[in-house]
Amino acid sequence: MLSVDNLKSGYGRIEALHGVSIEVAAGEIVTLVGANGAGKTTLLRAISGVQTISAGRISFEGRSIESIPAHARVALGIAQVPEGRQLFAPLSVEDNLKLGAWNRRRGHSGNDIHRVYELFPMLRELRRTAAGALSGGQQQLLAIGRALMARPRLLLLDEPSMGLAPILVDQILNVVLDLKHNGLTVLLVEQNARAALAIADRGYVLETGAITASGRAAEIQRDKRVREAYLGV
Amino acid sequence: MAEFLQFVFSGITVGAIYALVAIGFTLIYNASDVVNFAQGEFVMLGAMGTVFLGHAGVPLLLAGVVAVLITTVVGLALYRWAIVPAREADAVTLIIITIGASIFLRGVAEVVFDKGFHSLPALLGSNPIRLGGATILPQSLVVLAGAFFIMVLLWAFIDRTLFGKAVRAIAANRVAARLVGINTRIVVGASFALSAAIGAIAGILITPITLTSYNGGTLLALKGFAAIMLGGIGSAVGAVVGGILLGLLEAFAAGYVSASYKDAVGFLVILAVLFVMPRGLFGKATVERV
Repeated sequence: MLSVDNLKSGYGRIEALHGVSIEVAAGEIVTLVGANGAGKTTLLRAISGVQTISAGRISFEGRSIESIPAHARVALGIAQVPEGRQLFAPLSVEDNLKLGAWNRRRGHSGNDIHRVYELFPMLRELRRTAAGALSGGQQQLLAIGRALMARPRLLLLDEPSMGLAPILVDQILNVVLDLKHNGLTVLLVEQNARAALAIADRGYVLETGAITASGRAAEIQRDKRVREAYLGV
Repeated sequence: MAEFLQFVFSGITVGAIYALVAIGFTLIYNASDVVNFAQGEFVMLGAMGTVFLGHAGVPLLLAGVVAVLITTVVGLALYRWAIVPAREADAVTLIIITIGASIFLRGVAEVVFDKGFHSLPALLGSNPIRLGGATILPQSLVVLAGAFFIMVLLWAFIDRTLFGKAVRAIAANRVAARLVGINTRIVVGASFALSAAIGAIAGILITPITLTSYNGGTLLALKGFAAIMLGGIGSAVGAVVGGILLGLLEAFAAGYVSASYKDAVGFLVILAVLFVMPRGLFGKATVERV
C-alpha cells in the first residue's frame, strides 16, 4: 500500500534520513521504533508531505506521490496524527473534527462526527470545549478522531502515547487495534517500543536516520540488540 | 461639553477607519504571520480607483464596486507574486517585501492617477446634523454603519463558516492545517483578498471626509499598525478597540493640545505599548497543553 524507497531528507544542511526504505501492506499495523532523534517523525512528515525530501520515492497504492502537495495527499487517503497532537487549540472539539473532514467539505461530515463520538464518547460531552483546554489523553483521542474524519485508508500515528498515563496508553493502542480490524492500515511511530511491538504485525528499527533492523514484530521483540537498546532487558 | 462631544464624534469616525485597516492587518497576520504594510495602499486604491472611474463616466456606485474588485485582485497578486515566492523567508524579510510592495503601489498610483487630492460626494449629503451642541456629518454615520456592517459580516464569516474556521485553524497551527488537508495557499490567498477588499471599502467610505491621494495610504497603514499594537497583534477585538481608541486619542490631542501633533499620537501609542504592555490590550495569552 505504502512504499518508501531510499528516502533522504534533512533540516538545512543536516541530513536526518539517509536513504530509508520501508513497506506497509494493506491491513497491517507496522511500527517504527527508535530513539529520540532517530528520524521517525521526519519520515512521517515526509510521507504526509509537510517535510521536503532531497532524494527517494514515496508511492501510495501504486502511485508516486512525492510531488503531490500535503493537502492533496489527505484526499488520496493518507491522514496523520502528528506528534504532540497539534490540535487547533482555540477551536472547539467539534470544529476540530469538522476540519478533519476538510477534503470532503462539500459532503456532509455529520455521520462521521457521530461515529467518532461513538468511538470516543467523552468527546461528545466536550464538543463545545476549546481543544486546548482538554487533558492530554482527551487531546490524543481528539487528534485520532480528527484524522479519522478524513476517512483515511492509511493512518500515520506519531507517538500517540507521549506524555500519557499507562492506562491511557493501553486504551489508545486498543483503539488502534480496533481500527485495524475495521480495515485501516496503520504506520505507528513509538518510543514505547514494547507497547508498539505488542500490537504490530511488523516493525522497523530506525537508528540515526537509517533502518537497522526489520521483520515480524515477534522477531524484533526477540532480537538481542533491540531488547537491550529499546526494551530494557 | 459640546466640545468634548465634537471630539468624540470625529474621533470615533476616524477610529472606525483605523479599525478597518487594523482588521485587515490582523486577518493577514493571523493567516500568514505577515505584517502587511501595503494595507494602506489597499485603502488608497479603493478610494482613488472610485474617484478616477467616476471621472471616466462610470456611475459612482458601480465605480466603487469595480474599485473594490480591482483592489481585491491586487491583494491576491501581492500574495501570489510577492509573498508565496518568499514563504521560507523570516519575518523581517517579509515586512520589507510588503514595504516594497507599498512603495511600488504608490508609484504606480502616482503614474496611473495623479498627484492631486480628490474627494467623493457624501452618500447622504453634507448638511451637518446637530447633536447635543456638537455636529456630526451624515457621512460619519455612513462610515460607522459601514464599518459595523463589515465587522459583523467578517465575524460571521470567520466564526460561522467552515472556510472561516480554516482561517482560524491555519492561524492556530499551520502544519496541522496542512495535515488535515487544507490547501493553505488558497485559504491564505483568500485572507489577502478579503483584507484588500475591506481596505478598499474603508477608503471609499472615508474619502468624502478626509480626501484621498496617491500617497494617502502610508499614514493610514502606520495608524492601523499602531492600532493593532495597542489592541494586541492577532486579536480581532483588539484591532477594533485599538483603532477606535487611537481615533479618539488623536481627536483629543488635536482638540486639546494642538492639531499639529495629531499624527504623533499613533507613534507615541506604539512606544507606550512597547514599554508598558508589549502584548497590547487583548494580546494572546497562549494556552496550550503538551
